Amino acid sequence: MKAWHFSETAYPYLPPDSEYESIRVSLPNRIYDPKKGAALYDRFIEEWQVAEEEGVDIMLNEHHQTATCVDPAAPLVLAALARVTKTARLLILGNPVANRRQPVRVAEEMALVDVLSHGRLEAGFVRGVPYEISAGNSNPVRTNERFAEALGLIIKAWTSHDGPFSHEGRFYHHRQVNIWPRPYQAPHPPVWISTTTPSGAERVGAQGFVQATFLTGYEGTRRVYEAYRKGWREAGRGDDVPINRLAYAALVYVGESEAEARAGAEKVLWYIRANKVPQHFAFPPGYAPPQAFARIMRGELGDQHANFSAQATVDGVINAGLMMAGTPDQVYAQFRKIYDHVGGFGHLLIMGQAGFLDHDETVRSIRNFARHVLPRLKAEMPDTAISGFAAAAAVQ
Amino acid sequence: MTRETITLAGIDIELFEGGNGAPLLFLHGAQGFAPAQPYVGLLTQHRHLIAPSHPGFGASALPLWLDSIDDVAYLYLEFLDRRKIERIDVVGCSLGGWLAAEIATKAPDRIGRLALVGPVGVKLGPTDKLDIPDIFAMSQEKAARLIYHDIGKGKLDFANMTDAQLTTIARNRETTALLTWEPWMHNPKLRHRLHRIAAPTLFIRGASDGLVSAAYVEGYAKLIPNARVTTIEAAGHAPQLEQPEEFARVLFDFLDA
Repeated sequence: MKAWHFSETAYPYLPPDSEYESIRVSLPNRIYDPKKGAALYDRFIEEWQVAEEEGVDIMLNEHHQTATCVDPAAPLVLAALARVTKTARLLILGNPVANRRQPVRVAEEMALVDVLSHGRLEAGFVRGVPYEISAGNSNPVRTNERFAEALGLIIKAWTSHDGPFSHEGRFYHHRQVNIWPRPYQAPHPPVWISTTTPSGAERVGAQGFVQATFLTGYEGTRRVYEAYRKGWREAGRGDDVPINRLAYAALVYVGESEAEARAGAEKVLWYIRANKVPQHFAFPPGYAPPQAFARIMRGELGDQHANFSAQATVDGVINAGLMMAGTPDQVYAQFRKIYDHVGGFGHLLIMGQAGFLDHDETVRSIRNFARHVLPRLKAEMPDTAISGFAAAAAVQ
Repeated sequence: MTRETITLAGIDIELFEGGNGAPLLFLHGAQGFAPAQPYVGLLTQHRHLIAPSHPGFGASALPLWLDSIDDVAYLYLEFLDRRKIERIDVVGCSLGGWLAAEIATKAPDRIGRLALVGPVGVKLGPTDKLDIPDIFAMSQEKAARLIYHDIGKGKLDFANMTDAQLTTIARNRETTALLTWEPWMHNPKLRHRLHRIAAPTLFIRGASDGLVSAAYVEGYAKLIPNARVTTIEAAGHAPQLEQPEEFARVLFDFLDA
């Protein structure tokens, strides 16, 4: 079992949300004070360093034109982390490749970070959430197709060592691909892909990459993992899917007392509550199949989305399996419950900082988790454990 | 109207056809073609209307290779060849107007008369201002206010539509995004080809059109040798929907001149 400290490096000093239409895409950047932003980055990087000291690995991601995650060039922050850390694995989850015009450039950036970190990179790839479409001026139609072609080209660029090759695909063209440096790790850094749908997870399983899913709760996560295991088995990878192929991202706050944990959890909930996004940015045409849009037009999904964000409560998200918060014993129990329900996973991606959770509060939770929860998880759930329901029963 | 499926460049295309008179190729806009609309009945009184659903619209297929209005233009040139139509009058609305202009630049001698209704397709204004507002970065209510003179006429009753109808609307919207996303609503090459258009050309614009401005249509018309502009009052981006009688009158005055 591995745990990852995930921070979205948010900028929380915003006017009341009644004063803006969207926290993403269109929120004017005059609201962003670069001096406050620089101070925030100082502490966020320090928090990642604390995580490393405590045996927790490091995760970051990339978003554009948003206060929720002020990291529009995650490889740059990753490069900085590569030099201020020594041992932690560095997970970027991920590169929004359907919105990147040059997959070969992405391959170069990742290879460079892998070299700068002496082989500590875990390279994640995402299609990109819908709100990134406008920010990237990216065509919302055929993002899955672009994602698949770009990922194939990136892996080929990483693993081709005998001079240039050419690529003339549906979406990308490159006549002389021959990246320098090549990745530090051989054959290439571990590949992670985040998917929240069963059909996507089945494809990731067939490819054997690490599957991460975000805030999908008990049932959604179980469906995604079942699909992954099905894809894995049907591709002939064997009956046993190791838990280290599966990752789950949740909000986490661990306090010494219930009261302390509750206070921290309320602040971490900003991550969900602050996501005010109008429908035209949340559901660009073509991002989801027309059948899904038919439901949105009936008002079925749009309202759900808005209500979920605005009305989220700590108890509600704990019960839904989106958050683990409490004393170490309580967090262990919450973890165990979702672990067993979904058939096991080997990586907990900890959304451990959000909104106004300050530096000391963030560090306390990282330490409480690392010292009082993680050792039990590592002892009970070794990386080589097998996921799936027979296996989970055997562990108990 | 009859409805059949034909195959162009290997793509199954839904084709509506009906009415008596000289053939008239009708190229629909972003909302697709709906044969029940009153203007369709008016047009088929005097003309044999030929109205394909563009790839990805209505019941027409959309292959992975196709991603531009330019691609669609070649399909309909193939259609004219297949039907042995040497010359035809063409009316195109909105992105269908763009499509009609593309066809007319590729084969000027195949077009008799050309009517462009609130057409997009060219970039005329400054770099830092969109010629056509970004309808995908605003609420659908706000977009409807730009599109319609009388927003009540544009109100679609989603709650009482079937899943199939809603899915078609969503798919039409998706294909519109695919074809118009970048460059936004235009082909940078088109304006440098418009001088080839030989057909007498009429631009028809709804006076309340919030997407295609009067200045845009005037500038567009100046790029075509034999073109003029007419305006329909009390109509927005789709005068054929909001003022069908006036639309038919203006169109026939031009086509029959």
